[in-house]
Amino acid sequence: MSEMDAALETFSQEAEELLIEMEDSLLVLEDTPDDSETINSVFRAMHTIKGSSGLFGFNVVVAFTHEAETILDQVRNGERSIDNELISVLLDCKDHTSKLLEHCLDDNDADLSAELKSTGNTLIFRLTGKDVQEENQLATNSTEGGIQVENKGNEISADNWLISLEFQQDAFRNGMDPLSFIRYLKTLGDIEQIMTLTPELSSGEEMDAESCYLHFKIIFKSDASKQMIEDVFEFATDDCDIKILPPHSKIESYNELLNGLPDDHVERLGDMLVQIGALTTNDVKKAIQNQIETDAEGSEVESKPLGEILVEQQVVQPVVVKEALKKQEQTKQKIASESTYIRVDSNKLGQLINLVGELVISGAAMNLMVERHGLSDVEEVAVSMNTLVSDIRDTALELRMVPIGETFSRFRRVVRDVSKELKKDIALTITGGETELDKTVVEKINDPLTHLIRNSLDHGIETPEQRLAAGKPAQGNIQLNAYHESGHIIIQIVDDGGGLNTEKIMAKAIANELIPEDHDLSQQEIFNLIFEAGLSTKQQASNLSGRGVGMDVVKRNIEALRGSVSIDSKEGDGTTITIQLPLTLAIIDGFMVETEQERYIIPLSMVDECVEMDTNEWEIDTVQHYVNLRGEVLPYLHLGDYFHNRKSQKSAKRESLVVVRFGQTKVGFVVEELHGEHQTVIKPLGKVFESLKGITGATVLGDGNVALILDVQGLMQVAIKEKGSTSALLTA
Amino acid sequence: MAIKALFKEGVTHLSIEDEMTIYTALEQKNDLNQYLKPDVDLQINLAKVAEIDSAGLQILLFIKQQADTLNFNFSLIEHSQAVVEVLELLNLGSHFGDPIVISADWSES
Repeated sequence: MSEMDAALETFSQEAEELLIEMEDSLLVLEDTPDDSETINSVFRAMHTIKGSSGLFGFNVVVAFTHEAETILDQVRNGERSIDNELISVLLDCKDHTSKLLEHCLDDNDADLSAELKSTGNTLIFRLTGKDVQEENQLATNSTEGGIQVENKGNEISADNWLISLEFQQDAFRNGMDPLSFIRYLKTLGDIEQIMTLTPELSSGEEMDAESCYLHFKIIFKSDASKQMIEDVFEFATDDCDIKILPPHSKIESYNELLNGLPDDHVERLGDMLVQIGALTTNDVKKAIQNQIETDAEGSEVESKPLGEILVEQQVVQPVVVKEALKKQEQTKQKIASESTYIRVDSNKLGQLINLVGELVISGAAMNLMVERHGLSDVEEVAVSMNTLVSDIRDTALELRMVPIGETFSRFRRVVRDVSKELKKDIALTITGGETELDKTVVEKINDPLTHLIRNSLDHGIETPEQRLAAGKPAQGNIQLNAYHESGHIIIQIVDDGGGLNTEKIMAKAIANELIPEDHDLSQQEIFNLIFEAGLSTKQQASNLSGRGVGMDVVKRNIEALRGSVSIDSKEGDGTTITIQLPLTLAIIDGFMVETEQERYIIPLSMVDECVEMDTNEWEIDTVQHYVNLRGEVLPYLHLGDYFHNRKSQKSAKRESLVVVRFGQTKVGFVVEELHGEHQTVIKPLGKVFESLKGITGATVLGDGNVALILDVQGLMQVAIKEKGSTSALLTA
Repeated sequence: MAIKALFKEGVTHLSIEDEMTIYTALEQKNDLNQYLKPDVDLQINLAKVAEIDSAGLQILLFIKQQADTLNFNFSLIEHSQAVVEVLELLNLGSHFGDPIVISADWSES
């Protein structure tokens, strides 16, 4: 016996030490939540106490520490992240464990006090979400103001569905008879218990006999699926708040099904729960609706996660949601750990894209054949194949997409080095680094970007002394920003430097005979002059920039990528350079038009609208080439005139006006026929055609013909200039 | 009138001789409401209620609730088959607490 006492003494000391160690470790974890060694020591404490308690038969301690141990094991395996909340729960667990030990060492045979029991239960609930008293939750929740019906027996077996029906007041008036639903429900299984509640029933005169005040809580025993039970109340959904909570016995099968779900891709929580049958699509819809509504109500309150709403609506047990979330998290991690990269020769990728391009073309050819021969049964197959081809196209193009962030972060070093060299204090802020674009574009944009950033560093940002004198913080700031916009990627370089000096630019431009002295250029046009060859406003050229070569090269490089660059500046406040680039160089969605028996492709992303070129409808000025489009002056260009030298011999044919937009500018192209959307594989034109204006490439059509891809920007300039020049002639 | 009233020994005896459905609910409720007086016990004979739906049931629940607030005894007697069926479906027999006499001539169904 004394031996036993000695062992107990050792155990009690050891446990005390372990608990103190656990507390220290938990406090350390508050600052460094990822320290695996510390997590291990917390786990060890719970594990050892559990083991030793088992030896002495301290079952209450074993039961409690087991739960904590399980959670810590999950933390240790990275299945659950440790946060301050969990740490505070664990600290409480430590205190509770020491109380339990005290109790056991004092008198192991005595029953636990109610207080200890309830603390234990709450802690377990906070740890795991397992509510020990959950079974009775629904019953106790709903007694307020209602009529309680004697239960057949107090025990509610865990194998039953809990159905709550809250009919709305208009239910009778809408022809519902709640009793009929309950009668029908009985055909699916046994009603173990039913409670009729009338919490809103008013008294005396106020009670309206034609309004429905009935609520029901039903404990229902059935093997039917949730969907089947919900279908019983299908006609009542508008007039009744229906909540169906699956039986506890189902939880296990739900969990099994959850585990059985494929883990090769992350699914949304709602989808997962619907798949295993724990929820119906209706439940999810309602919850999402709820979520959207709370979102709309106020931006102050952060919207609740879907799982929480579902539990609140009492349509699913918290345990199932937890399990589903766990599964989702596991899947995410699995994918994350598996998503390693394969290095692929970029030539092979290029080849694949070429092949996909050919596939698109032959797909188009096939469609043409199907159409020509009127094979209606083949058509269906062709349509589904088309969908697949365009999916393959998108996926193949995605293969070449890389986030621009890597390129951006290279500039950190540039900014650091250059600002040191120039004795300036400059910070670089990068946003939108995850924006993706074609790898070839990324490679080609690197040089122009470097140049633009160096320019901003050198010319844009002033020295700290100058900045302080101008009332700005000594540290300058350059922002690199990228985002997607209607099929394009926009890259912005924003500095808060001195801005452009229009006077200087003009003076220099006039001196270099770029513009006449009596010009009437807009502010914007003046800014764009800095992209002209042979213009540098910096009086002294540094070894970084300022020799007047560069900005024109930058512009040319960007335009070679079918992009554009524009600049905006406010003197004293800084400069914003905006680069607009196409996402990819290989395949685009095009809009096919025809004029003079020649087909042309306009990138679909640039097409704003198509209207009929009708003198009755629009005011058209054929001399100055513009249309009054709903009060907007829209310059237009006859593609026939431009490409075919057809000098305005008016054809009687109906013509259409395709309005294209690039940035803020809109221009109309007049064409004879519209052919609609077309997947366009861009084939570069040969060297011979490089100097051709207005065309960037060509594509092969399904029937073997070639369609030319229009250089919308180039043509826009032509259209605007044409309008300008004729008007200049007229005024002269 | 579909409700017959008889006052005997301080107890109001009512007999509802019509269906108790949504079509009759408004009228019945208004008729019945006048008999709901503090400390005057009420007994309702349901023998001639051939049909009862949720709205009718709701009236009975309403009277029961009023009985509790106005402090009178409320009892139902001679439940018709239709009433018994509904009370059993919703397990409300014990709520009203009246002995239900099962008549021999009810067919088994």
